Amino acid sequence: MSDYIKRSREDVARRIASDIFDGAYVNLGIGQPTLVANYLPADIEVILHSENGILGMGPKPEPGCEDYDLINAGKAPVTLLAGGAYFHHSDSFAMMRGGHLDICVLGAFQVSATGDLANWSTGESDAIPAVGGAMDLAVGAQQTWVMMDLLTKKGQSKIVSSCSYPLTGVACVKRVYTDLATFSCTPAGLVLIDKVPGLSHAMLEQLVGLAIVKATPVVHR
Amino acid sequence: MINKISDTVAEAIGDVQDGSTVLIGGFGTAGIPDELIDGLIAQGARELTIVNNNAGNGYVGLARLLQNRQARKLICSFPRQADSWVFDELYRSKKLELELLPQGNLSERIRAAGAGIGAFYTPTGYGTDLANDALGHAKETRVINGRGYVLEYPIHGDLALIKAELGDRWGNLTYRKAARNFGPVMAMAAKRTVATVHQVVALGEIDPEHIITPGIHVSKVVKIIYSPTQSGGVVTGSFPNDLLPQVNAVNGRSVTDPGEAA
Repeated sequence: MSDYIKRSREDVARRIASDIFDGAYVNLGIGQPTLVANYLPADIEVILHSENGILGMGPKPEPGCEDYDLINAGKAPVTLLAGGAYFHHSDSFAMMRGGHLDICVLGAFQVSATGDLANWSTGESDAIPAVGGAMDLAVGAQQTWVMMDLLTKKGQSKIVSSCSYPLTGVACVKRVYTDLATFSCTPAGLVLIDKVPGLSHAMLEQLVGLAIVKATPVVHR
Repeated sequence: MINKISDTVAEAIGDVQDGSTVLIGGFGTAGIPDELIDGLIAQGARELTIVNNNAGNGYVGLARLLQNRQARKLICSFPRQADSWVFDELYRSKKLELELLPQGNLSERIRAAGAGIGAFYTPTGYGTDLANDALGHAKETRVINGRGYVLEYPIHGDLALIKAELGDRWGNLTYRKAARNFGPVMAMAAKRTVATVHQVVALGEIDPEHIITPGIHVSKVVKIIYSPTQSGGVVTGSFPNDLLPQVNAVNGRSVTDPGEAA
Protein backbone atom coordinates (compact mmCIF):
# COMPACT_ATOMS: atom_id res chain seq x y z
CA MET A 1 0.00 0.00 0.00
CA SER A 2 1.34 3.36 -0.99
CA ASP A 3 1.76 6.02 1.64
CA TYR A 4 1.22 9.43 0.10
CA ILE A 5 -0.39 12.77 0.86
CA LYS A 6 -2.55 14.57 -1.67
CA ARG A 7 -1.67 18.09 -2.73
CA SER A 8 -4.08 20.68 -1.41
CA ARG A 9 -5.91 23.01 -3.79
CA GLU A 10 -3.44 25.68 -2.80
CA ASP A 11 -0.50 23.39 -3.53
CA VAL A 12 -1.87 22.59 -6.99
CA ALA A 13 -2.43 26.31 -7.61
CA ARG A 14 1.16 26.99 -6.50
CA ARG A 15 2.40 24.18 -8.76
CA ILE A 16 0.62 25.71 -11.77
CA ALA A 17 1.79 29.22 -10.93
CA SER A 18 5.39 27.97 -10.92
CA ASP A 19 5.01 26.95 -14.59
CA ILE A 20 3.72 30.36 -15.72
CA PHE A 21 6.47 32.42 -17.27
CA ASP A 22 7.39 36.08 -17.04
CA GLY A 23 5.43 38.11 -19.57
CA ALA A 24 2.70 35.50 -20.12
CA TYR A 25 -0.83 36.51 -21.07
CA VAL A 26 -3.06 34.19 -19.05
CA ASN A 27 -6.76 33.49 -18.62
CA LEU A 28 -7.76 31.76 -15.39
CA GLY A 29 -11.11 29.97 -15.55
CA ILE A 30 -13.89 30.29 -13.03
CA GLY A 31 -13.54 28.16 -9.91
CA GLN A 32 -10.33 26.48 -8.77
CA PRO A 33 -8.12 28.10 -11.45
CA THR A 34 -8.86 31.52 -9.95
CA LEU A 35 -6.65 30.44 -7.02
CA VAL A 36 -3.58 30.39 -9.28
CA ALA A 37 -3.49 34.19 -9.26
CA ASN A 38 -2.68 34.10 -5.54
CA TYR A 39 0.58 32.21 -6.14
CA LEU A 40 2.08 33.99 -9.15
CA PRO A 41 5.70 34.74 -8.22
CA ALA A 42 6.22 38.35 -7.22
CA ASP A 43 9.33 38.68 -9.38
CA ILE A 44 7.55 38.09 -12.70
CA GLU A 45 4.87 40.05 -14.57
CA VAL A 46 1.86 38.09 -15.76
CA ILE A 47 -1.03 39.82 -17.52
CA LEU A 48 -4.42 38.34 -16.69
CA HIS A 49 -7.17 38.40 -19.33
CA SER A 50 -10.88 38.31 -18.60
CA GLU A 51 -13.27 37.29 -21.38
CA ASN A 52 -15.54 40.27 -20.77
CA GLY A 53 -12.95 42.66 -22.14
CA ILE A 54 -10.12 43.14 -19.65
CA LEU A 55 -6.35 42.78 -19.87
CA GLY A 56 -4.30 43.55 -16.78
CA MET A 57 -6.96 42.37 -14.37
CA GLY A 58 -5.93 42.98 -10.77
CA PRO A 59 -7.01 41.53 -7.41
CA LYS A 60 -10.33 42.06 -5.73
CA PRO A 61 -11.07 45.60 -4.61
CA GLU A 62 -10.90 46.86 -1.04
CA PRO A 63 -14.20 46.39 0.79
CA GLY A 64 -16.50 49.26 -0.14
CA CYS A 65 -14.67 49.92 -3.42
CA GLU A 66 -16.49 47.29 -5.48
CA ASP A 67 -17.54 48.52 -8.94
CA TYR A 68 -19.83 46.08 -10.73
CA ASP A 69 -18.92 47.61 -14.09
CA LEU A 70 -15.50 46.03 -13.45
CA ILE A 71 -16.08 42.32 -12.94
CA ASN A 72 -14.42 39.07 -13.98
CA ALA A 73 -15.91 36.19 -15.96
CA GLY A 74 -17.61 34.92 -12.82
CA LYS A 75 -19.25 38.33 -12.30
CA ALA A 76 -17.19 39.04 -9.17
CA PRO A 77 -15.71 42.54 -8.73
CA VAL A 78 -12.04 42.97 -9.63
CA THR A 79 -9.61 45.84 -10.21
CA LEU A 80 -7.52 47.01 -13.15
CA LEU A 81 -3.74 47.27 -12.87
CA ALA A 82 -1.86 50.28 -14.23
CA GLY A 83 -1.33 49.50 -17.91
CA GLY A 84 -4.54 47.49 -18.10
CA ALA A 85 -7.02 47.90 -20.94
CA TYR A 86 -10.71 47.50 -21.73
CA PHE A 87 -11.99 46.29 -25.12
CA HIS A 88 -15.22 44.95 -26.56
CA HIS A 89 -16.34 41.34 -26.62
CA SER A 90 -15.40 40.50 -30.20
CA ASP A 91 -11.88 41.81 -29.64
CA SER A 92 -11.68 39.85 -26.41
CA PHE A 93 -12.70 36.61 -28.09
CA ALA A 94 -10.40 37.32 -31.04
CA MET A 95 -7.58 37.37 -28.47
CA MET A 96 -8.73 33.97 -27.26
CA ARG A 97 -9.60 32.31 -30.56
CA GLY A 98 -6.72 33.90 -32.40
CA GLY A 99 -4.09 32.25 -30.23
CA HIS A 100 -2.94 35.44 -28.54
CA LEU A 101 -3.23 34.10 -24.99
CA ASP A 102 -0.24 32.04 -23.91
CA ILE A 103 -2.01 29.96 -21.28
CA CYS A 104 -5.50 29.32 -20.03
CA VAL A 105 -6.22 27.27 -16.94
CA LEU A 106 -9.64 25.62 -16.76
CA GLY A 107 -11.53 23.34 -14.42
CA ALA A 108 -12.86 20.07 -15.84
CA PHE A 109 -15.33 17.27 -15.30
CA GLN A 110 -13.22 14.94 -17.46
CA VAL A 111 -10.12 15.04 -19.64
CA SER A 112 -9.18 12.27 -22.06
CA ALA A 113 -5.64 10.94 -22.29
CA THR A 114 -5.32 12.62 -25.69
CA GLY A 115 -6.54 15.99 -24.37
CA ASP A 116 -10.26 16.08 -25.11
CA LEU A 117 -11.91 18.35 -22.54
CA ALA A 118 -15.36 18.06 -20.94
CA ASN A 119 -16.09 20.95 -18.61
CA TRP A 120 -19.33 22.67 -19.61
CA SER A 121 -22.11 20.17 -19.07
CA THR A 122 -22.74 16.92 -17.25
CA GLY A 123 -25.34 16.13 -19.89
CA GLU A 124 -28.15 15.73 -17.36
CA SER A 125 -31.45 16.13 -19.16
CA ASP A 126 -32.98 18.50 -16.60
CA ALA A 127 -29.89 20.68 -16.28
CA ILE A 128 -29.95 24.15 -17.75
CA PRO A 129 -27.18 24.29 -20.32
CA ALA A 130 -24.63 27.10 -20.15
CA VAL A 131 -21.31 27.23 -21.96
CA GLY A 132 -19.99 30.77 -21.73
CA GLY A 133 -16.45 31.20 -23.05
CA ALA A 134 -15.18 27.69 -22.23
CA MET A 135 -15.14 26.39 -25.80
CA ASP A 136 -13.41 29.49 -27.15
CA LEU A 137 -10.72 29.35 -24.47
CA ALA A 138 -10.15 25.62 -24.80
CA VAL A 139 -9.36 25.75 -28.51
CA GLY A 140 -7.88 29.22 -28.68
CA ALA A 141 -5.11 29.58 -26.11
CA GLN A 142 -1.58 28.52 -27.03
CA GLN A 143 -1.69 26.11 -24.09
CA THR A 144 -4.78 24.89 -22.30
CA TRP A 145 -4.09 23.53 -18.85
CA VAL A 146 -6.59 21.83 -16.58
CA MET A 147 -6.69 22.06 -12.79
CA MET A 148 -8.80 19.42 -11.06
CA ASP A 149 -8.85 16.62 -8.54
CA LEU A 150 -7.68 13.39 -10.18
CA LEU A 151 -10.54 11.35 -8.74
CA THR A 152 -14.23 11.99 -8.27
CA LYS A 153 -15.70 11.81 -4.79
CA LYS A 154 -16.58 8.20 -5.63
CA GLY A 155 -12.95 7.47 -6.51
CA GLN A 156 -13.31 7.31 -10.28
CA SER A 157 -10.60 8.82 -12.43
CA LYS A 158 -11.51 12.08 -14.15
CA ILE A 159 -8.77 11.34 -16.66
CA VAL A 160 -10.37 8.83 -19.02
CA SER A 161 -9.73 7.10 -22.32
CA SER A 162 -12.79 8.81 -23.80
CA CYS A 163 -14.98 11.48 -22.18
CA SER A 164 -18.53 10.39 -21.32
CA TYR A 165 -19.62 13.99 -20.63
CA PRO A 166 -20.31 16.39 -23.54
CA LEU A 167 -17.09 17.74 -25.02
CA THR A 168 -15.86 21.31 -24.74
CA GLY A 169 -13.06 20.79 -27.23
CA VAL A 170 -11.18 18.01 -29.00
CA ALA A 171 -7.49 17.31 -28.26
CA CYS A 172 -7.06 20.78 -26.77
CA VAL A 173 -5.63 20.08 -23.28
CA LYS A 174 -1.84 20.09 -23.05
CA ARG A 175 -1.44 19.51 -19.31
CA VAL A 176 -3.51 18.34 -16.36
CA TYR A 177 -2.53 19.44 -12.86
CA THR A 178 -4.15 17.31 -10.16
CA ASP A 179 -3.87 16.66 -6.45
CA LEU A 180 -1.91 13.46 -7.09
CA ALA A 181 0.12 14.05 -10.23
CA THR A 182 0.73 16.31 -13.21
CA PHE A 183 0.34 14.92 -16.72
CA SER A 184 0.88 15.87 -20.34
CA CYS A 185 -1.86 14.86 -22.76
CA THR A 186 -0.36 13.77 -26.07
CA PRO A 187 -1.69 12.11 -29.24
CA ALA A 188 -0.12 8.91 -27.90
CA GLY A 189 -1.72 9.28 -24.45
CA LEU A 190 -0.67 10.34 -20.97
CA VAL A 191 2.87 11.28 -20.04
CA LEU A 192 3.73 11.80 -16.38
CA ILE A 193 5.33 15.10 -15.41
CA ASP A 194 5.38 14.68 -11.63
CA LYS A 195 3.55 12.90 -8.81
CA VAL A 196 3.26 13.20 -5.06
CA PRO A 197 5.94 11.47 -3.01
CA GLY A 198 5.07 7.95 -1.94
CA LEU A 199 2.69 7.26 -4.82
CA SER A 200 4.15 4.53 -6.99
CA HIS A 201 3.83 4.63 -10.77
CA ALA A 202 1.93 1.35 -10.69
CA MET A 203 -0.50 2.69 -8.08
CA LEU A 204 -1.08 5.84 -10.15
CA GLU A 205 -1.78 3.78 -13.27
CA GLN A 206 -4.21 1.70 -11.25
CA LEU A 207 -6.04 4.80 -10.01
CA VAL A 208 -6.26 6.30 -13.50
CA GLY A 209 -6.90 2.97 -15.21
CA LEU A 210 -4.71 3.92 -18.15
CA ALA A 211 -1.12 3.39 -19.18
CA ILE A 212 1.04 6.36 -18.26
CA VAL A 213 4.38 6.93 -19.94
CA LYS A 214 7.06 7.82 -17.40
CA ALA A 215 8.48 11.29 -17.69
CA THR A 216 11.76 11.47 -19.55
CA PRO A 217 14.36 12.52 -16.99
CA VAL A 218 15.84 15.90 -17.69
CA VAL A 219 19.49 15.40 -18.53
CA HIS A 220 21.78 18.11 -17.21
CA ARG A 221 25.05 18.27 -19.06
CA MET B 1 -28.92 69.11 -38.51
CA ILE B 2 -28.41 65.76 -36.91
CA ASN B 3 -29.71 65.37 -33.40
CA LYS B 4 -29.91 61.81 -32.10
CA ILE B 5 -30.59 62.88 -28.53
CA SER B 6 -34.00 61.75 -27.28
CA ASP B 7 -35.63 63.28 -24.25
CA THR B 8 -37.31 60.08 -23.16
CA VAL B 9 -36.70 56.35 -23.32
CA ALA B 10 -40.10 55.83 -24.96
CA GLU B 11 -39.27 58.28 -27.75
CA ALA B 12 -35.84 56.69 -28.23
CA ILE B 13 -37.21 53.17 -28.48
CA GLY B 14 -40.10 54.17 -30.70
CA ASP B 15 -42.15 51.49 -32.39
CA VAL B 16 -41.01 47.89 -32.04
CA GLN B 17 -42.81 45.27 -34.12
CA ASP B 18 -43.92 41.98 -32.63
CA GLY B 19 -41.48 39.25 -33.62
CA SER B 20 -38.46 41.56 -33.73
CA THR B 21 -34.94 40.46 -32.85
CA VAL B 22 -33.59 42.67 -30.07
CA LEU B 23 -29.87 42.68 -29.22
CA ILE B 24 -29.36 43.66 -25.57
CA GLY B 25 -25.88 44.56 -24.36
CA GLY B 26 -24.40 43.48 -21.06
CA PHE B 27 -22.40 40.75 -19.35
CA GLY B 28 -23.93 39.83 -16.03
CA THR B 29 -25.27 43.14 -14.80
CA ALA B 30 -22.41 45.22 -16.29
CA GLY B 31 -23.64 47.08 -19.36
CA ILE B 32 -27.25 45.91 -19.09
CA PRO B 33 -29.43 48.84 -20.24
CA ASP B 34 -32.13 48.35 -17.61
CA GLU B 35 -33.91 51.62 -18.43
CA LEU B 36 -34.23 50.64 -22.10
CA ILE B 37 -35.46 47.16 -21.21
CA ASP B 38 -38.08 48.79 -18.98
CA GLY B 39 -38.96 50.92 -22.01
CA LEU B 40 -39.37 47.79 -24.12
CA ILE B 41 -41.63 46.34 -21.43
CA ALA B 42 -43.72 49.54 -21.49
CA GLN B 43 -43.79 49.51 -25.29
CA GLY B 44 -45.14 45.98 -25.13
CA ALA B 45 -43.82 44.22 -28.26
CA ARG B 46 -44.20 40.45 -28.03
CA GLU B 47 -42.85 37.28 -29.65
CA LEU B 48 -39.39 38.80 -29.48
CA THR B 49 -36.10 37.03 -30.06
CA ILE B 50 -33.76 38.39 -27.42
CA VAL B 51 -29.98 38.21 -27.80
CA ASN B 52 -27.95 38.71 -24.62
CA ASN B 53 -24.97 36.91 -23.08
CA ASN B 54 -27.02 35.85 -20.07
CA ALA B 55 -30.68 35.44 -19.19
CA GLY B 56 -31.41 38.09 -16.62
CA ASN B 57 -30.78 38.47 -12.92
CA GLY B 58 -33.32 38.52 -10.12
CA TYR B 59 -36.62 40.08 -11.14
CA VAL B 60 -35.40 43.26 -12.81
CA GLY B 61 -34.50 44.30 -16.36
CA LEU B 62 -34.13 41.36 -18.73
CA ALA B 63 -35.59 38.94 -16.16
CA ARG B 64 -38.69 41.14 -15.92
CA LEU B 65 -38.99 41.26 -19.73
CA LEU B 66 -38.88 37.44 -19.81
CA GLN B 67 -41.30 37.18 -16.90
CA ASN B 68 -43.65 39.48 -18.83
CA ARG B 69 -43.67 36.81 -21.57
CA GLN B 70 -42.57 39.20 -24.31
CA ALA B 71 -39.87 36.85 -25.58
CA ARG B 72 -40.37 33.75 -27.69
CA LYS B 73 -36.70 32.88 -27.92
CA LEU B 74 -33.44 33.69 -26.19
CA ILE B 75 -30.04 33.46 -27.90
CA CYS B 76 -27.26 33.44 -25.32
CA SER B 77 -24.12 31.72 -24.03
CA PHE B 78 -24.66 31.48 -20.29
CA PRO B 79 -28.29 31.52 -19.12
CA ARG B 80 -27.71 29.61 -15.89
CA GLN B 81 -26.72 32.00 -13.15
CA ALA B 82 -27.08 32.12 -9.41
CA ASP B 83 -30.10 34.41 -9.76
CA SER B 84 -31.63 33.44 -13.13
CA TRP B 85 -34.82 32.16 -11.47
CA VAL B 86 -37.15 33.64 -14.09
CA PHE B 87 -35.33 32.10 -17.04
CA ASP B 88 -34.93 28.75 -15.29
CA GLU B 89 -38.68 28.39 -14.71
CA LEU B 90 -39.64 29.48 -18.25
CA TYR B 91 -37.06 27.17 -19.82
CA ARG B 92 -38.00 24.16 -17.71
CA SER B 93 -41.69 24.65 -18.52
CA LYS B 94 -40.82 25.05 -22.22
CA LYS B 95 -42.29 28.54 -22.40
CA LEU B 96 -39.08 29.99 -23.82
CA GLU B 97 -36.93 28.65 -26.63
CA LEU B 98 -33.16 28.70 -26.05
CA GLU B 99 -30.38 28.83 -28.63
CA LEU B 100 -27.14 28.25 -26.74
CA LEU B 101 -23.90 29.41 -28.33
CA PRO B 102 -20.28 29.54 -27.25
CA GLN B 103 -19.73 33.11 -26.16
CA GLY B 104 -17.16 33.93 -28.84
CA ASN B 105 -19.40 32.54 -31.57
CA LEU B 106 -22.25 34.65 -30.19
CA SER B 107 -20.19 37.83 -30.29
CA GLU B 108 -18.62 37.04 -33.68
CA ARG B 109 -22.01 36.23 -35.23
CA ILE B 110 -23.22 39.64 -34.07
CA ARG B 111 -20.03 41.29 -35.35
CA ALA B 112 -20.42 39.49 -38.69
CA ALA B 113 -23.91 40.95 -39.07
CA GLY B 114 -22.56 44.44 -38.52
CA ALA B 115 -19.59 43.88 -40.81
CA GLY B 116 -21.51 42.48 -43.77
CA ILE B 117 -20.03 38.99 -43.52
CA GLY B 118 -22.19 36.23 -45.01
CA ALA B 119 -20.94 33.48 -42.70
CA PHE B 120 -17.64 32.45 -41.17
CA TYR B 121 -15.75 29.32 -40.14
CA THR B 122 -14.79 29.14 -36.46
CA PRO B 123 -12.82 26.45 -34.62
CA THR B 124 -14.90 27.02 -31.49
CA GLY B 125 -17.38 24.23 -30.88
CA TYR B 126 -15.98 21.89 -33.53
CA GLY B 127 -16.49 18.29 -32.48
CA THR B 128 -18.95 19.25 -29.70
CA ASP B 129 -22.73 19.21 -29.26
CA LEU B 130 -22.76 22.93 -30.07
CA ALA B 131 -21.66 22.17 -33.63
CA ASN B 132 -25.33 21.21 -33.98
CA ASP B 133 -28.11 23.78 -34.33
CA ALA B 134 -30.96 24.14 -31.83
CA LEU B 135 -32.86 21.35 -33.62
CA GLY B 136 -29.88 19.00 -33.32
CA HIS B 137 -28.92 19.17 -37.00
CA ALA B 138 -25.20 19.28 -37.70
CA LYS B 139 -23.94 22.66 -38.85
CA GLU B 140 -21.68 22.71 -41.89
CA THR B 141 -18.06 22.01 -41.07
CA ARG B 142 -14.83 22.15 -42.99
CA VAL B 143 -11.26 21.09 -42.31
CA ILE B 144 -8.90 23.91 -43.24
CA ASN B 145 -5.15 23.29 -43.04
CA GLY B 146 -5.79 20.25 -40.89
CA ARG B 147 -8.02 22.00 -38.37
CA GLY B 148 -11.79 21.57 -38.03
CA TYR B 149 -14.12 24.57 -38.27
CA VAL B 150 -17.88 25.13 -37.93
CA LEU B 151 -19.81 27.45 -40.27
CA GLU B 152 -21.69 30.12 -38.33
CA TYR B 153 -24.11 32.71 -39.73
CA PRO B 154 -24.58 36.33 -38.66
CA ILE B 155 -27.15 37.41 -36.08
CA HIS B 156 -28.90 40.56 -37.29
CA GLY B 157 -30.93 42.70 -34.93
CA ASP B 158 -33.96 44.81 -35.68
CA LEU B 159 -33.11 46.82 -32.59
CA ALA B 160 -30.06 47.03 -30.31
CA LEU B 161 -30.32 48.37 -26.76
CA ILE B 162 -26.99 49.25 -25.20
CA LYS B 163 -25.55 51.12 -22.24
CA ALA B 164 -22.80 53.67 -22.82
CA GLU B 165 -21.17 56.43 -20.78
CA LEU B 166 -20.74 59.62 -22.81
CA GLY B 167 -22.67 60.50 -25.96
CA ASP B 168 -23.09 63.47 -28.27
CA ARG B 169 -25.81 64.49 -30.70
CA TRP B 170 -24.12 62.64 -33.57
CA GLY B 171 -24.33 59.43 -31.54
CA ASN B 172 -20.63 59.05 -30.79
CA LEU B 173 -20.17 56.94 -27.67
CA THR B 174 -17.71 55.98 -24.97
CA TYR B 175 -18.28 53.24 -22.42
CA ARG B 176 -17.50 52.64 -18.77
CA LYS B 177 -14.93 49.97 -17.82
CA ALA B 178 -15.97 46.37 -18.58
CA ALA B 179 -19.58 47.48 -19.11
CA ARG B 180 -18.45 48.02 -22.73
CA ASN B 181 -18.60 44.26 -23.50
CA PHE B 182 -21.16 43.62 -26.28
CA GLY B 183 -22.15 47.29 -26.81
CA PRO B 184 -19.89 48.20 -29.75
CA VAL B 185 -20.61 45.03 -31.74
CA MET B 186 -24.35 45.09 -31.10
CA ALA B 187 -24.50 48.76 -32.12
CA MET B 188 -23.20 47.74 -35.57
CA ALA B 189 -25.51 44.78 -36.03
CA ALA B 190 -29.01 46.25 -35.71
CA LYS B 191 -31.22 48.33 -37.99
CA ARG B 192 -31.73 50.72 -35.09
CA THR B 193 -29.49 51.18 -32.05
CA VAL B 194 -30.54 52.99 -28.90
CA ALA B 195 -27.90 53.84 -26.30
CA THR B 196 -28.28 55.20 -22.80
CA VAL B 197 -25.54 57.53 -21.61
CA HIS B 198 -24.79 59.10 -18.27
CA GLN B 199 -23.71 62.36 -19.83
CA VAL B 200 -24.57 64.14 -23.08
CA VAL B 201 -21.69 66.29 -24.28
CA ALA B 202 -21.21 68.78 -27.11
CA LEU B 203 -19.73 67.68 -30.43
CA GLY B 204 -15.95 67.62 -30.12
CA GLU B 205 -15.94 67.20 -26.38
CA ILE B 206 -15.17 63.51 -26.69
CA ASP B 207 -11.59 63.27 -27.90
CA PRO B 208 -11.93 61.70 -31.36
CA GLU B 209 -9.09 59.34 -30.40
CA HIS B 210 -11.30 58.06 -27.57
CA ILE B 211 -14.61 57.51 -29.37
CA ILE B 212 -15.33 53.79 -29.14
CA THR B 213 -18.55 53.62 -31.17
CA PRO B 214 -18.77 56.22 -33.96
CA GLY B 215 -22.22 57.73 -34.35
CA ILE B 216 -22.87 56.01 -37.68
CA HIS B 217 -23.85 52.93 -35.66
CA VAL B 218 -26.19 54.77 -33.28
CA SER B 219 -29.77 55.89 -33.94
CA LYS B 220 -30.81 57.41 -30.63
CA VAL B 221 -29.08 58.51 -27.44
CA VAL B 222 -30.97 59.02 -24.21
CA LYS B 223 -29.54 60.33 -20.97
CA ILE B 224 -30.17 58.44 -17.75
CA ILE B 225 -29.17 59.24 -14.19
CA TYR B 226 -26.04 57.34 -13.14
CA SER B 227 -26.52 54.77 -10.46
CA PRO B 228 -23.91 52.17 -9.53
CA THR B 229 -24.34 48.80 -11.25
CA GLN B 230 -25.69 46.18 -8.84
CA SER B 231 -24.10 42.79 -8.28
CA GLY B 232 -25.72 39.93 -10.17
CA GLY B 233 -25.11 36.43 -11.46
CA VAL B 234 -22.03 35.81 -9.35
CA VAL B 235 -20.60 32.35 -9.94
CA THR B 236 -19.32 30.26 -7.04
CA GLY B 237 -15.58 30.37 -6.62
CA SER B 238 -15.12 33.27 -9.00
CA PHE B 239 -13.69 35.68 -6.50
CA PRO B 240 -10.10 36.62 -7.01
CA ASN B 241 -7.81 36.07 -4.04
CA ASP B 242 -9.82 35.41 -0.91
CA LEU B 243 -13.03 33.65 -1.83
CA LEU B 244 -16.16 35.28 -0.52
CA PRO B 245 -18.69 32.48 0.01
CA GLN B 246 -21.09 34.76 1.84
CA VAL B 247 -22.10 36.41 -1.43
CA ASN B 248 -23.22 33.07 -2.79
CA ALA B 249 -24.99 32.32 0.45
CA VAL B 250 -26.96 35.51 -0.18
CA ASN B 251 -27.75 34.39 -3.70
CA GLY B 252 -29.05 31.18 -2.23
CA ARG B 253 -27.56 28.66 -4.61
CA SER B 254 -24.46 28.03 -6.60
CA VAL B 255 -23.51 27.49 -10.19
CA THR B 256 -21.46 24.39 -10.82
CA ASP B 257 -17.73 24.85 -10.87
CA PRO B 258 -16.33 22.10 -13.09
CA GLY B 259 -13.50 21.70 -10.60
CA GLU B 260 -16.07 20.52 -8.08
CA ALA B 261 -17.56 17.85 -10.30
CA ALA B 262 -19.18 14.68 -9.00
